[in-house]
Amino acid sequence: MINFPVVGKTELAPGIKKLVVEAPSLAAKAKPGQFVVLHLHAQGERIPLTIADFDREEGTITLIFQEVGLTTFQLGSLEPGDTIRDIAGPLGRPSRVDYFGKVLCVGGGVGCAPLYPIARALREQKNDLAAVVGARSREFLILRKEMEQVCSPLIIATDDGSEGLQGTVLRGVEKYFREYGKPDYCVCIGPPVMMEAVCSFTRNYKVKTVVSLNPIMVDGTGMCGACRVVVGGEVKFACVDGPEFDGHLVDWELFRRRLQFYKREEKLALGAFLRKSRSAGER
Amino acid sequence: MAILDPTMRIRTFDEVTLGYTSDQAKREAARCRGCSQAPCRRGCPIGVDIPGFISLVKEGKFREAAQRLRERNTLPAVCGRVCPQDRNCEKHCVLAKKGAPIAIGRLERFVADWEREHGMTVPPTPGSTGKRVAVVGSGPAGLTVAAALARKGHSVTVFEALHAPGGVLSYGIPQFRLPKEVVAAEIDYVCALGVKIELNTPIGKLYSLRDLRREYDAVFLGTGAGLPRLLGIPGEHLNGVYTANEFLTRVNLMKAYLFPEYATPVRVGKRVAVIGGGNVAVDAARVAVRLGAEEVVVLYRRTLVEMPVRAEEYRFACREGVFFRFLVAPLEFRGDAEGWVREVLCTRCELGEVDESGRRRPVPVPGSEFTIPIDTVIVAIGQEPNILALAEVSELLTPSGRFVGADPETGATPVPGVFAGGDLVTGAATVIQAMTAGRRAAKAIDRYLSELE
Ligand SMILES: Cc1cc2nc3c(=O)[nH]c(=O)nc-3n(C[C@H](O)[C@H](O)[C@H](O)COP(=O)(O)OP(=O)(O)OC[C@H]3O[C@@H](n4cnc5c(N)ncnc54)[C@H](O)[C@@H]3O)c2cc1C
Ligand SMILES: Cc1cc2nc3c(=O)[nH]c(=O)nc-3n(C[C@H](O)[C@H](O)[C@H](O)COP(=O)(O)OP(=O)(O)OC[C@H]3O[C@@H](n4cnc5c(N)ncnc54)[C@H](O)[C@@H]3O)c2cc1C
Ligand code: SF4
Ligand code: SF4
Ligand code: FES
Repeated sequence: MINFPVVGKTELAPGIKKLVVEAPSLAAKAKPGQFVVLHLHAQGERIPLTIADFDREEGTITLIFQEVGLTTFQLGSLEPGDTIRDIAGPLGRPSRVDYFGKVLCVGGGVGCAPLYPIARALREQKNDLAAVVGARSREFLILRKEMEQVCSPLIIATDDGSEGLQGTVLRGVEKYFREYGKPDYCVCIGPPVMMEAVCSFTRNYKVKTVVSLNPIMVDGTGMCGACRVVVGGEVKFACVDGPEFDGHLVDWELFRRRLQFYKREEKLALGAFLRKSRSAGER
Repeated sequence: MAILDPTMRIRTFDEVTLGYTSDQAKREAARCRGCSQAPCRRGCPIGVDIPGFISLVKEGKFREAAQRLRERNTLPAVCGRVCPQDRNCEKHCVLAKKGAPIAIGRLERFVADWEREHGMTVPPTPGSTGKRVAVVGSGPAGLTVAAALARKGHSVTVFEALHAPGGVLSYGIPQFRLPKEVVAAEIDYVCALGVKIELNTPIGKLYSLRDLRREYDAVFLGTGAGLPRLLGIPGEHLNGVYTANEFLTRVNLMKAYLFPEYATPVRVGKRVAVIGGGNVAVDAARVAVRLGAEEVVVLYRRTLVEMPVRAEEYRFACREGVFFRFLVAPLEFRGDAEGWVREVLCTRCELGEVDESGRRRPVPVPGSEFTIPIDTVIVAIGQEPNILALAEVSELLTPSGRFVGADPETGATPVPGVFAGGDLVTGAATVIQAMTAGRRAAKAIDRYLSELE
């Protein structure tokens, strides 16, 4: 299929947008933890985004993304009625959704978007669910109400202290362990540095911690190897073997480094785009 | 045939070989003796009527020549460009002994290009049989099956995971060797026969093989060998180390050579090492030259004799300044403090015993280690089938679990109604081998469908 119509758009926080896209066959098959690769137009780049939600009846999927570079800015400029040329999926392995007992969900920034459908599914399995979510400041917190409906307690941490604890999500995780004891299972999604910090904390308590890795991808089908990560000493392709892995086994340094591969080119492309849209705006 | 000058061509992605003019083609065709035994045909796996189409070229009947070609070959403009003619048809030509075989590939290309420029005539297809066939993968194998079955009146849908059809023809083989417009025109022809192509449809994810078996009367699997092999040596994950698949996909499918007009970047430094010795390695090296690398060296652990590359491409690469070092294998990539690759530690090799591939095995020479300073590495040591998506049907796999097992004559797998062919079955091979497997499978599928009630 090609040309997927955008049917809904909301700005959740500054620079964080939600698009609802008509894609019935995808909506029919999507499971929590899976992602799509989208390609906006013939000249566009292929980028991976988590399926943040899906509605099988309506035949739609939801994408929530942060505008960080060329493609996400272009995506953010779409309006209902516009189309996305290509969306391939659902890719990756679905999240493991079993009964674990006491489960802690940890989300940082836009990481709350992929976290929410997993949390909801874990809740449906009758897990005792709590969550720690963090953001730069109050206005950047997303999906708070949705998370509150499935998690209790919901501990919030912001870098500037404008809401909840002041500090990173790690502060919230420490608080949870202190007040509620250690969980049986932990799911953690956010920026690499945050996931690494949470994993080194939970490792001390031997709490199994699953993370969702977001390396650079091209095809998303296991063909290019761009997404390779090292987990427990073995090479894995995040698009087919993941994106979820045991966070205690991930080679984090390698992972963070490989995300920098195209830094220079990414800046160049975004700069050109922003200059162009600015001059178009002035005209 | 005219060829772009090396000093010009290393600056562009334009096609290197320019093709025959009508006069040149007629003159070359006139050399063909029309041998009654046609030994050349023995070298063509798909059995093109070589003397037949060449004599039509000689008479200037180019459209008829194209029709003759297409009776056997669905993608003549592709094969004429990329078949290893030196090891196939042209090797068997009676004139090869004198060192001047008929340029069969170039004639084939001429005819197909002429047809494209003068408008393709699509043969009428018979009435619908009402039978439905699903083809998974739109590479040469899948396209061949699809076209052949559509011509029999079956209704065929091709499912492709990527956003563009063509398989390796689109994402692997570079523009300067196989222009994407040529691939697109061949695919348009297949669609004109009534074949539907569904893009962005990874089978095993969006639909399972089980779904397809329920919805269709037969299924053909032609998903190729897309999984890149890695060396498994230290430093392979440093920044600046690519698999050839990533490098070539960025450049060919995503057009990174036109960055930033096209949004996908690719990064090539000044000194590039390509590891491997096949078509993939040589393509990667020639792409690196065109992207501005100052020095490109191909490190191959055997010698030129064992190198499985089209002879012409090797010559072109040398003329373009690609440097080949034989009997050299990498041991380790070493990086700087920021994690970018800076040098490769290598060992020299000697050829030892003959191994299971029938070639002499390279053996490292102790104490012969040396380093080469580089800032980009492209690993091109082969691909394997990406069977992960199809893992739901483990009964299809060979005992090693790495390939799909299928009868080489019919493409039949142990599962009734499921057929397979191309690189998925044989491992990375050639376009014409994949097409031949497709042609055989199409026959078997047609037979299978006619027996269905
Ligand atoms: C499986 C998977 C699921 C993802 N799900 C989401 C999601 O639901 N919402 C969302 O906002 N993002 C998600 N991402 C990240 C998203 O793919 C990147 O933000 C996007 O590719 C950036 O593209 P760009 O062209 O806008 O920016 P680029 O110009 O490519 O990059 C701009 C900046 O983003 C960083 N960056 C580049 N690629 C990535 C990446 N893959 N992950 C993180 N940072 C990156 C760069 O270092 C750079 O600083 C996911 C990634 C993966 C692999
Ligand atoms: C760089 C390079 C250069 C080459 N040069 C030459 C040459 O000069 N001459 C020559 O004869 N041969 C050459 N080859 C080899 C030749 O291209 C292959 O042997 C041939 O393309 C194999 O055809 P195929 O149809 O089996 O598979 P492919 O061409 O690999 O096509 C398979 C298709 O299936 C799709 N697919 C995979 N999994 C799924 C799924 N689950 N669902 C849906 N779709 C899926 C893939 O995206 C792909 O489009 C080269 C190969 C490469 C990589
Ligand atoms: S298809 Fe390939 S092998 Fe056969 S005649 Fe044409 S160029 Fe030669
Ligand atoms: S063997 Fe050579 S000369 Fe004879 S028919 Fe074939 S191409 Fe022509
Ligand atoms: S994105 Fe290409 S192999 Fe994973």
